[in-house]
Amino acid sequence: MSAGLELKDVTIRFGGLKAVSELSFSVAPGELVGLIGPNGAGKTTVFNLITGVYTPTSGQIHFEGTPVPGKKPHEITRMGIARTFQNIRLFSSLSVLDNVRAAMMTHLKRGIIHSLSRGPVYHREEASVEKEAIELLDIFGLADRLDANSKSLNYGDQRRLEIVRALATKPKLLLLDEPAAGMNPSEKDDLMQLIRFIKERYNLAVLLVEHDMKVVMGICQRIAVIEYGCKIAEGSPKEIQCDPKVIEAYLGVCAE
Amino acid sequence: MEQFLQQLLNGLFQGSIYALIALGYTMVYGVLRFINFAHGDVFMLGAFTAYGLHKLLAGTLAAMPWPVSLIIILVASMALCAALGIVIELLAYRPLRNRPRLNVLITAIGVSLFIEYTGQLAFGATQRPFPELIPPIQVVSAGGLSVSMTHVIVLGTTLLLLFGLRMIVMKTKMGLAMRALSLNPTASTLMGVNNSVVISFTFGLGSALAAAGGILYASLYPSIEPFMGIQPGLKAFVAAVLGGIGNIPGAALGGLIIGITETLVKGYGQSIGIPSGYSEGVAFVILILILVFKPSGLLGKVEREKV
Amino acid sequence: MKRYTAQIALIVALAVSLGISCASDSIDAYYLDIALNVGINIILAVSLNLVNGHTGQFSLGHAAFMAVGAYGASIFTLEASQKLIPLLGGPGTFATGTAFFIALVIGGLCAAICGWLVGMPSLRLRGDYLAIVTLGFNEIVRVILQNTSGDGPFGGPLGLKGIPSHTTFFWVFAFAAVCVYVVASMVNSTYGRGFLAVRDDEVAAGSMGINTVRYKVTAFVTGSFFAGLAGGLYAHLRTTISPAGFDFLKSFDVVVIVILGGMGSTAGVIAAAILLTVLNEFLRDFEQYRMIVFSLLLIIMMIVRPQGLLPSLPFFTRKKSA
Repeated sequence: MSAGLELKDVTIRFGGLKAVSELSFSVAPGELVGLIGPNGAGKTTVFNLITGVYTPTSGQIHFEGTPVPGKKPHEITRMGIARTFQNIRLFSSLSVLDNVRAAMMTHLKRGIIHSLSRGPVYHREEASVEKEAIELLDIFGLADRLDANSKSLNYGDQRRLEIVRALATKPKLLLLDEPAAGMNPSEKDDLMQLIRFIKERYNLAVLLVEHDMKVVMGICQRIAVIEYGCKIAEGSPKEIQCDPKVIEAYLGVCAE
Repeated sequence: MEQFLQQLLNGLFQGSIYALIALGYTMVYGVLRFINFAHGDVFMLGAFTAYGLHKLLAGTLAAMPWPVSLIIILVASMALCAALGIVIELLAYRPLRNRPRLNVLITAIGVSLFIEYTGQLAFGATQRPFPELIPPIQVVSAGGLSVSMTHVIVLGTTLLLLFGLRMIVMKTKMGLAMRALSLNPTASTLMGVNNSVVISFTFGLGSALAAAGGILYASLYPSIEPFMGIQPGLKAFVAAVLGGIGNIPGAALGGLIIGITETLVKGYGQSIGIPSGYSEGVAFVILILILVFKPSGLLGKVEREKV
Repeated sequence: MKRYTAQIALIVALAVSLGISCASDSIDAYYLDIALNVGINIILAVSLNLVNGHTGQFSLGHAAFMAVGAYGASIFTLEASQKLIPLLGGPGTFATGTAFFIALVIGGLCAAICGWLVGMPSLRLRGDYLAIVTLGFNEIVRVILQNTSGDGPFGGPLGLKGIPSHTTFFWVFAFAAVCVYVVASMVNSTYGRGFLAVRDDEVAAGSMGINTVRYKVTAFVTGSFFAGLAGGLYAHLRTTISPAGFDFLKSFDVVVIVILGGMGSTAGVIAAAILLTVLNEFLRDFEQYRMIVFSLLLIIMMIVRPQGLLPSLPFFTRKKSA
C-alpha cells in the first residue's frame, strides 16, 4: 500500500440508490487533485466517505496504508485528513480565533487536567496555541478580526476561515469542498494563489471539489471526473478538457 | 393458563390506550420533528372534557341508550380537544417554527406543566370519579377469563380509530400532504401544500386520538386527576420510539408491546421477586434498551443528516 | 500574577466562605437557610449548565443524580461515619468535618458513576432522545427508591430521617466555588473550545478532530458528580430526604434556572440561581400559582428571549497580546 489517499472500487448505497459506484482513484502526497462533475454526481458523498461521515457499502479506502472505513470522523482527522464543507459549517457562537483554537485542540499536549490546574505549563501551551492560530489567520488576512463572531464575517471570509480551521488540525491531506463558491473573480485569483501557497508551505496533498473551471484547470495537477457516482475520466487538465465523455456530461466546449 | 390469557388480554387493552396516545406523538414528530411533551396532558383533558360534558348533558343523555351517549361524548370531547391542540400549536409552537429544536422542546415542557397546574387549580388535586359511560356488562365470563363490555369498547374503539387514521393518511389528500411534509417540508410547499394547515390538522388529529385514549382509560380506571396524563404519556412516548418515531404502524405496535410487557411484569413479577411497583419502570427499561440496540425503532428508518 | 486570577479567586472565595461560616451564628437562621439553598442551587445550575448550556445537550434528569448523591452521602453518614470518626482522632470538628467531606465525595462519585453508565450509551443519540432517556432515568431512580424496603438502608417511600445537619455555609459555598472554578476552567481553555464546538456543530467538530462522544460524556459525568455533591449537601441540610423530592419537577426547577440565566453563561446562571431561589422563597405562600407562573414564564422566554435574561458574559476575557 502506498502513501497518500487511495480509493478502490468504493460503492455506497442509500436504500436503492447507488450514490457512488465502484469508484477508484488516488491522491499522492503533495499532489493537487481536482474532483469535478455535475451537481448530484456524488462529489460531496466522496468527501463524506473519505472523512468517515459515511461508511462505504463495499470497496476500500486507505490513507497512508491504513484503512479508513469504520473509523470515526475525529479519528480520521487525527490520521491527517481535514476538510471544509460545501455549506459553511463554522462554529457559530465562537469567535474567529476560537474557531481555529477549537481545531487545534487535537494537537494539545496537555488536556483537561492542565485546564483545571492552570499552572505555568498550561499557560505556556495556551500562549503557543494562540500564537500559532494568529499566524495562520494572518496568512489568510483574518488576523485583524480575531474576536469578531465568526458569523459576522462576509461570505468569502467565512470560507477562508473554514480553510484556516481545517489547516489548524495539521493535516497531510486537505479536502476542499467548493472553496470558491460565492467569490468574485479577483477573490478567486487570490484563492488560487493561497491554495498553491499553503500546499507548498505545509507540504499538503489537496483534493479539490470545484465548479469554477478556471480555478480547477488553473491549479490542479490531475483531475477526476465523476457523473452519477461513477468515474468517467481522469487525467491532466488538458486531457480532461478535450475528453468527449466529459464534454458531453459536463463541460460543453473544448478549450484551445 | 387462563390467568396468562387474562393477563395477555389486560395487556392488550392497556396497550391499545398507549397506542392511541403514541399515534399522536409519532404523527407530530413526523411532521414537525419534535416531541410534544404536552401530548400526555391532552389525554388528561380528554377525560376531563368528557366528565364535564357528561355533567352538563346528564339529563338529556340519560334518556338515550348507552352506546349513543358514549358516542356523543366521545366525538364531542375529541372535537373539543382537537381544537385545543390546534390552539396550543398556534400559540406556543408556531412562533418557534424556525428556532432550534431544543427551544421548542423546552416550550413543550412549559406547556405541559402549565396545563397540569392550571388543571390542578381549576379541578383540585383530588381524584374525581369518572362517570360510567359503559355499563358493567360481562361479555365473557368463563373459566377464569373475564372480559367486560368496557374492555370490548376499548379494543373496538382503538381498532376503529386506527383504521380511520390509516384511511386518512393513505387515502385522502390531507393524508398525502402529511406524508409529503414529513418527508420534505421545503419540497411539499413547492408542491402547493400549505404546511401550516397540515401541521394544524396533524395536531388536531393527534389531540383527538389522545382525548379518546383518555376517555377509554378513564372508563377502565374510573378516577381522574390533573396529573393522570404524565405516566401514560411518557409510556406512550416510549411506545412511539419503540415502534420507530414517525412511523404510524410502529406506534400501534409499540403501544401493544409496552402494554403487554407491563401487565405481564405486574402480574408475574412477584413470583420471580420483582415487586409490583417496579412495573412502572418497565417502559423506561424498554426505552433504554431500544435506544442502545436499535435507536431507529422496530419499524423505523435510519435518518441520515445531509452533510 | 494576572495569569493566576482564577486560582486566587478560588482561594479568596474559600476564605470568605470560611469567615462568614464562623460568623454564621449572628446571622438570622431564616436568611441563612435561604443562602444555603442559593448555594446548593448554584452548584446544581452551574453543573447542569456544563451539559445543557456549554455542550448543548439536553439533560432532564439532574435531580436523579442529586438523589444518588443525597442517598449515597446520607447512607454513608448514617451507617459508616460512626466507625470512621474514632479513626480520625475521635469526636471533634476535624473528625466530623472530614467524615462529612468523605460522605459528600462518595455521594458525588456514586452520582458520577451513574452519569457514566447513563451517558455512555445515550450520548451517541440525537438531542431530543437524551432528554427522554434522562427523564426516564429520573423516573427509574425514583421508582427504585420508592420500592425499597422501609426498614432497609434506603428507607422506602418515606426515605431517610435523622440525617445529622452537617451542612454549613462554608461547605456549601466552598463547594459552590469549586464547582464554578472547575466548570469555568474546563470551558475557558483551548481544550474547552471542544465543548462549545460540539454544541454548535457536532459534525464539523468531529471533522476537526474533536471526539464528540468523549466531550459529551465528560461534561455529563462532571455535571452528575456536582449534582451528587449538591444532593449530599441538601440531605445534610434538610435532615430528611425521600424519593418524591427528586422527581422530574426538581429537575425542571434546575432547567428553568439554566434557561433563565442563559445557557452557556456561567455568570448568568449564578445570577439566575440567586434570583429564582429567593423568588421561590417569597412565593412559598402561593405554591399553587408558582408552577403556573414558572411554566408560563418559560414559554414566554422561549418565544421572546431564548438566549436568557443575562446572555453570555465573558467569564474569563482573553488578554489581548500585543
